[in-house]
Amino acid sequence: MQADFGRFTHAVMRAAPDSLAAQALRSGPAELQVDIEAVRREEEQYVSVLEKTLGLRVVRLEADEELPDCVFVEDPAVVCGNTALITRPGAPSRRKEVGEVMFAKPVDATPVTATLDAGTPVVATPFFVGLSKRTNRRGAEILADTFQDYAVSTVPVLDTLHLKSFCSMAGPGLIAIGSSEAAQKALKTMQQMSDHKYDKLTVPDDLAANCIYMNLPDKGHVLIHCTPEQFPESAKVFEKLKDHMLIPVPNDEKRKVDGCLTCCSVLINKPSKV
Amino acid sequence: MTTEVGSEPEVKKEPEKSSEEAQAEQQQQLAEQPAEPSESEPSAAAEPQPTPTDSTKPDNTDQQENAEAEPSSPPPSSGQKKEKGISRFLPPWLKRQKSHSQVEPKESSSPTDTPNQTLTEKQEEEEKEEEEAEAAEEQVGKAPEEAEKRQEEAGPKEEGEAVSPVVEQPAETKEVKAEVKEEVKAEEVQAENNSVGSVETQPAKEEKEGTSAEKKGEKGGEEVQESSVLSPLKLGKKMKIVVCHVTLLDGTQFPCEVEKRAKGQYLFFKVCEHLNLLEKDYFGLSFKDNADQRCWLDPTKEIKRQIRNSQWQFAFNVKFYPPDPSQLTEDITRYLLCLQLRQDVSSGRLPCSFVTHALLGSYTLQAELGDYDPEEQRLDSIADFQFAPSQTKELEEKVVELHKSHRGMTPAQADVQFLENAKKLSMYGVDLHHAKDSEGVDIMLGVCANGLLIYKDRLRINRFAWPKILKISYKRSNFYIKIRPGEAEQFESTVGFKLPNHRAAKRVWKVCVEHHTFFRLTNPEQPTKSKFLTLGSKFRYSGRTQAQTRQASTLIDRPAPYFERTSSKRISRSLDGAPVISVSDHGHMLDSARTPGSGENGHDPALELSSDSKSKLRVQGENIYVRHSNLMLEDLDKTQEDVLKHQASISELKRSFMEAAPEPRPSQWEKRLTGSPATGLRLQAQGSAEDKLNSEINGQPEVIEVVEETVVIEEVVKAAKPKSSAPEVSVTVASSATEEVPEVKEEEEKSASSDSESEEEAEFHPQSPSDSAHHIQEEPEEEQEQSQKAPPTNAEPQQDAEPETTDKVEAVVNQQKEEDEKTPGEETVVAPEDAPNGHHVQDGEEALTSLGAVAEEEEELEPCVVNGDASHAETERVPQVICCSEPPVVKTEMVTISDTFAAQKTEIATKEVPIVHTETKTITYEAAQLDGTGDGEPGVLMTAQTITSESLCTTTTTHITKTLKGGLSETRIEKRIVITGDSDIDHDQALAQAIKEAKEQHPDMSVTRVVVHKETELAEDDD
Repeated sequence: MQADFGRFTHAVMRAAPDSLAAQALRSGPAELQVDIEAVRREEEQYVSVLEKTLGLRVVRLEADEELPDCVFVEDPAVVCGNTALITRPGAPSRRKEVGEVMFAKPVDATPVTATLDAGTPVVATPFFVGLSKRTNRRGAEILADTFQDYAVSTVPVLDTLHLKSFCSMAGPGLIAIGSSEAAQKALKTMQQMSDHKYDKLTVPDDLAANCIYMNLPDKGHVLIHCTPEQFPESAKVFEKLKDHMLIPVPNDEKRKVDGCLTCCSVLINKPSKV
Repeated sequence: MTTEVGSEPEVKKEPEKSSEEAQAEQQQQLAEQPAEPSESEPSAAAEPQPTPTDSTKPDNTDQQENAEAEPSSPPPSSGQKKEKGISRFLPPWLKRQKSHSQVEPKESSSPTDTPNQTLTEKQEEEEKEEEEAEAAEEQVGKAPEEAEKRQEEAGPKEEGEAVSPVVEQPAETKEVKAEVKEEVKAEEVQAENNSVGSVETQPAKEEKEGTSAEKKGEKGGEEVQESSVLSPLKLGKKMKIVVCHVTLLDGTQFPCEVEKRAKGQYLFFKVCEHLNLLEKDYFGLSFKDNADQRCWLDPTKEIKRQIRNSQWQFAFNVKFYPPDPSQLTEDITRYLLCLQLRQDVSSGRLPCSFVTHALLGSYTLQAELGDYDPEEQRLDSIADFQFAPSQTKELEEKVVELHKSHRGMTPAQADVQFLENAKKLSMYGVDLHHAKDSEGVDIMLGVCANGLLIYKDRLRINRFAWPKILKISYKRSNFYIKIRPGEAEQFESTVGFKLPNHRAAKRVWKVCVEHHTFFRLTNPEQPTKSKFLTLGSKFRYSGRTQAQTRQASTLIDRPAPYFERTSSKRISRSLDGAPVISVSDHGHMLDSARTPGSGENGHDPALELSSDSKSKLRVQGENIYVRHSNLMLEDLDKTQEDVLKHQASISELKRSFMEAAPEPRPSQWEKRLTGSPATGLRLQAQGSAEDKLNSEINGQPEVIEVVEETVVIEEVVKAAKPKSSAPEVSVTVASSATEEVPEVKEEEEKSASSDSESEEEAEFHPQSPSDSAHHIQEEPEEEQEQSQKAPPTNAEPQQDAEPETTDKVEAVVNQQKEEDEKTPGEETVVAPEDAPNGHHVQDGEEALTSLGAVAEEEEELEPCVVNGDASHAETERVPQVICCSEPPVVKTEMVTISDTFAAQKTEIATKEVPIVHTETKTITYEAAQLDGTGDGEPGVLMTAQTITSESLCTTTTTHITKTLKGGLSETRIEKRIVITGDSDIDHDQALAQAIKEAKEQHPDMSVTRVVVHKETELAEDDD
């Protein structure tokens, strides 16, 4: 595990377009109503946490009505260290999102042709790439070629879009994992593949396992996780983490369009010195 | 002999040569005279005066020689090379003459007084053996041309003898006697003389060796003159010594002269010595085999046998990548690791990202160039460095940019930073091997410190940590791992992988065994006494574990050695055009590309035959590991044994110096030993094993092994306890035994491989088939060699016994004579088997005597020829129906140098060694004799194969010999079944089972003879 794991200085975000409410891709029932205003409220809260609470520099991109899913900036790029892998999102409607994100990222970017949703990999050692309908094996290989310092392992993700839909890093050596069968199965795979022994933080709700860990100079361990309102039981689990600075952030509305906490930003560590 | 003392590492090559030359000269001179007696006498006289006189003599002679004889060959290396080239063309007997050179190395080693002593000591030991062998050869040489054949045979024998001498060491007087005997015998019977020589104690041996060497040299010189037109001196040199070219990590070449029969560790220690490296357990020597696969040189085996037809070209490489380089003790070790990693990175073997390339490159610049200097370091000069397989201007700029930020960092600090970043790379320390999964899909097997990684394309698709792996095995070209059942699973699962060929499978297996032992085991477990089911492959990791080497490293107490950091620039320049960075890199590059796993062929030589995997694997679960560890330990022991031998010999010398009475070693020795890096480490390692058993194990692992093969271990253990006080003796014995044993094993393996080819391996040798082609071709030669060697070995062990029991000695002599008569062809064939067995038996006896208690019960089925193990007499007597040998009671006085190793510091405590009573019963049943051939009939050996397999209580050695007699081809299958175990074991039942199995395996064969040889040893514990 890298010493600077979880250290970020910048966040790239993108405003939600109005088209999100009606046109954004969703795995749930299409008739589910999305309140775009609620989405934007969540967005503001999110930005506020990053900027004001955590002191990150947030780069906000303009919304593009042509790209209803553009708010989920995580998918077009995988960023690790000083390298960003610009992906070719598995959903055709989202591939145009890549361009602007690439320009926005203050890091080296590598274009990719394979299908890969950046939301797929869990950055750990090794990288875990969930093989799903949004990410194929070729994408994982490209990822491996790009981040050659890391081992890349694939994890079959059956039902959900992304591995991150039920799994994320909640700290160094700590995996937050949902309690569904698929999640637990994936966890086993990851544990076997990993060179390190990971502790697991099992939360009752798969979606709640999607959290954002940061390790910031002044704040120590920071964890942005679901709110008690959204996932009461899972929130209790997070609250047991004593060493973390816990910041619940609502994500209820975006969830309707498969939005996760991690989806809404790309975190970058780019110290000013270099 | 002693002359070498002065020589030491630096001079080594030259001194050796010079010594050889000198010897040759002397020999010539001497040759004119009555030679042997006269020479031997002088040598004997010199003996009491240990090193000093000798050293002076050799030097002078060397100088003279150099000036006179070898004006033409100023640079030793070049001369050596030339010699090599020449040697190739020389007839075998001439090569044997190489023994001269061997003798020389011994001499060099004798100088051990110097700090390097430990290393040299080992070398010396080896050399001694060699010398002894040489001596035998020399004697043979005295004999007419006919003797040549004998000599060849004797060569191996001699080696065995050398071993035996160690046992004898205790008695100084005996040595003298032995010397006298030798002289006489030499005159009378050359072969006998050899044997006698072996019997002699170490000091005596040395002296004898020296004399013998001289004699040899004389003889050799004479022969050379006679045989070849070439100048005697050159011939002598060429004959004996081979120049190894070792590519070091900085890309430079290190030419190193070694005796042709030298073992891998000799060369390795030479290289480490040259590098001033103490933490050498992470490193190894690699070479390219015929298939251009990188193989690790097994330190416990003869170099020549491992490289086979390949050139004597080696590369010094990191073998075990320490997961945390910051725990290395010395900067020089880290530096060498850095060099290796730079190769790995620039060659692409260790993939990393652009940023990492830049970062690592910047640390490289900082370490090699110091702080960034804008005037000196321009981009065009930076381009001379190779930081990545494909290097861009962008990368170079990034490197320079980062370099600027490292200002003030010392080279050592830069190395540390380099390693801290390199170690995080996912492919750091991963040894890749091409393979296919069960479905035929191309994958890569990656062996690393934590376990086994499976890659498909560039993705890691699976990972098996060592704790998850219960068993590692290979069969033919398949490699298997048995996986511990998961929480929810009930059954173990076995995962199989298909490798390109058997050798590749074996390589992976070896690499796994080694990595597991090195990284996973903290302390190799003591070998289980009664349990040694591992007959198949005797291969074991022959080094220390990481835990041990770390412990040893903590004891390193020397000022940080100065070393020069060669700029990788040069290397890169030479390589510029080519992607490969440096010459040394080539190996890696290729390896990485082709043989990612390039495993360790070196191990292969050891014995991994099919059975190995089984045997080791048989153990379930972690136990397996333990066994591995045990195995490992044994190997370690071997190396240690060598050390012990050296020490023992040294100690004896000192004693002889000091006085007849055994005394504790002089403090100087201790200092020297400790001072010398090699000794220090070794000592530490040994020291780690505090228990008597441990000490024994470390010191005498070989012995234990031997015991395992033929004898019941438990008893041995008992013996060991008493010994503990007097470890050295036992150790020495063990070492002797072990040395021989490994060779034998190799032979067996080779033979086994061939067998597999010929036969269906099925039960016994799952793995044997794989080696097929390569082995087969080579095998015949080896076998012959073995056979030649084998008979001698038998004789030798006997010789060893001689001092102890006069009766035995006589018998031995007789046997030897017989053997000599028989020598040619078939008998020789038999010999290989015999040799191992013989070693065991004889060794066992010796060991017993030396060690004290070993109860051996050997049951041998000798369908045809020899199970030499059972008894020398048996082999020789083969045709004869029943042999009941009264169990000889051997009383041996052992001088024990106590705990030199165990104590970490060498202190020699001499103690009266326990008297061991050895009882041997040999019962031979003979059915109608099919072949008288086995014994002495001349046949043409077509093929000889030995297959070894183990079951719980029994060890079965199958030797298949095909001979041509008068146009008839005859196939003999000899099975030697050794049942070892406690008294609890039902030997009869085991024997019956073994016979039954043998019949089942070869239904159309008839059992001609069953020889049951029971050995029970009772050891008295003095302590």
